[in-house]
Amino acid sequence: MIQVKNLHKGFNEQEVLKGINYTFERGKTNLIIGQSGSGKSVFLKCMLGLFKPDEGTIEYDQKPYSTFSDEEQRELRTEMGMLFQGGALFDSMNVEENVMFPLKMFTKQRKSDMLKRVHEVLERVNLEGTGNKMPSEISGGMQKRVAIARAIVNKPKYLFCDEPNSGLDPQTATVIDNLIMDLTHENDITTVLITHDMNSVLEIGERIAFLKDGVLAWKGTKDEIFKTDDQAVTEFVYSSNLFQKVRVAQQKGI
Amino acid sequence: MTYLHSIGEYFLMLKGVFGRMTKGSVLRSLIFKEIDELIMGSMGIVAFLSFFIGAVVAIQTALNLNNPLIPKSLVAYAARQSVILEFAPTFISIIMAGKVGSFITSSIGSMRVTEQIDALEVMGINSKNYLIFPKIIAMLTYPFVIAISMFLGILGAYTAAVLGGFVTSDQFITGLQDEFIPFHLTYAFIKTFLFAFILATVPAYHGYYMKGGALEVGEASTTSFVWTSVVLIVTNYAVTQLLLS
Repeated sequence: MIQVKNLHKGFNEQEVLKGINYTFERGKTNLIIGQSGSGKSVFLKCMLGLFKPDEGTIEYDQKPYSTFSDEEQRELRTEMGMLFQGGALFDSMNVEENVMFPLKMFTKQRKSDMLKRVHEVLERVNLEGTGNKMPSEISGGMQKRVAIARAIVNKPKYLFCDEPNSGLDPQTATVIDNLIMDLTHENDITTVLITHDMNSVLEIGERIAFLKDGVLAWKGTKDEIFKTDDQAVTEFVYSSNLFQKVRVAQQKGI
Repeated sequence: MTYLHSIGEYFLMLKGVFGRMTKGSVLRSLIFKEIDELIMGSMGIVAFLSFFIGAVVAIQTALNLNNPLIPKSLVAYAARQSVILEFAPTFISIIMAGKVGSFITSSIGSMRVTEQIDALEVMGINSKNYLIFPKIIAMLTYPFVIAISMFLGILGAYTAAVLGGFVTSDQFITGLQDEFIPFHLTYAFIKTFLFAFILATVPAYHGYYMKGGALEVGEASTTSFVWTSVVLIVTNYAVTQLLLS
């Protein structure tokens, strides 16, 4: 569980996050949605420890990050998995080496045990037999799945995903969404996912936080988001033609 | 102000490089990989350039020795001094700033653009140490490259001078041993070590702190070459002033 209390973060004179309070629950997919420039990425980077908050605290399992010693911070980072927008696979390593990387860096396992775990995880993301391929030799969707495999190989407690569906076709995007949700439930991970994609909201939005201009403007679930009267949320959700049609259909009782 | 900021940032980067160390076994394999890419991968061009630079120095000297009072062995003396003092350490380092420096900037820069450096940081890895420290250690073997360059430069001079009929083999060998000061080799290797450090860290700085996309990676490589060359030349001047004057 990650608890964010009164989080403020700004750059120069501009305040990007304005006192956010929110709890990301364990074993659930926690989505952060909002328009570009609403502060989602800054919020994520604060949780990852890449940005230091100006004010407020972020607690990991009830322990504030600011009280962590250097050793504890390093320990915490080994418990985090991150799925970057572009995958961020190391292009000098093949798929197997990419997935094995966190194990090699943070565990003292024998190579045979590491390989066993790598193959286990690759099988879980349906990528058996691709271990020897370089990232440039596989498709965007496969790269995302390798990145997921790398993020979960060390059995993280927290999984962070930055727009995991960007640049993917709808079918592959759904596969990635479902994979993230399944892994969250199977491993009881606290998953935090940034997205613009309303299909993702519909698929895996177990808990949703809507950011607007650096403020937490709304929170709820995927069922609640389509029923809310909050103007900012409805403007965002129904900005897509598809969802406008869904809304009209709902209103007509179809 | 921008330059001061960059200089400060460069030294802060160095502090980070020697900060929290990456796991030993991982670091070892990274160092061998860097030696292969940075040092072994440059041997061909260094050997080729050194041989022909030595040859040209010998021919130029021989063609300008018109006074019969000046011994022919001076061709070898001049070639030895030029190659050991400047051509091998400095000229080859400028070439390496183009070859190795651009490679370091573009490889680290493209890792920055594709969020690979962020991925390392999120995993709790000291990315500066992971990416730059192995390059610095690999470049410690750079003096071997320069030693080979010196040998091939003099061999090129010998080949051109003797086969070109400017001097006999005996005259060349005599000139080569004439008034040899061993400290000149010490001086050359001291500056080679400094150049090796510059060649590893200045391009790494330009790659690590670059912002933007693919186009900016190219721009960073060019800027890196310019600044590495400038720093090399200024360092060369300072070291020469300190050690030889």
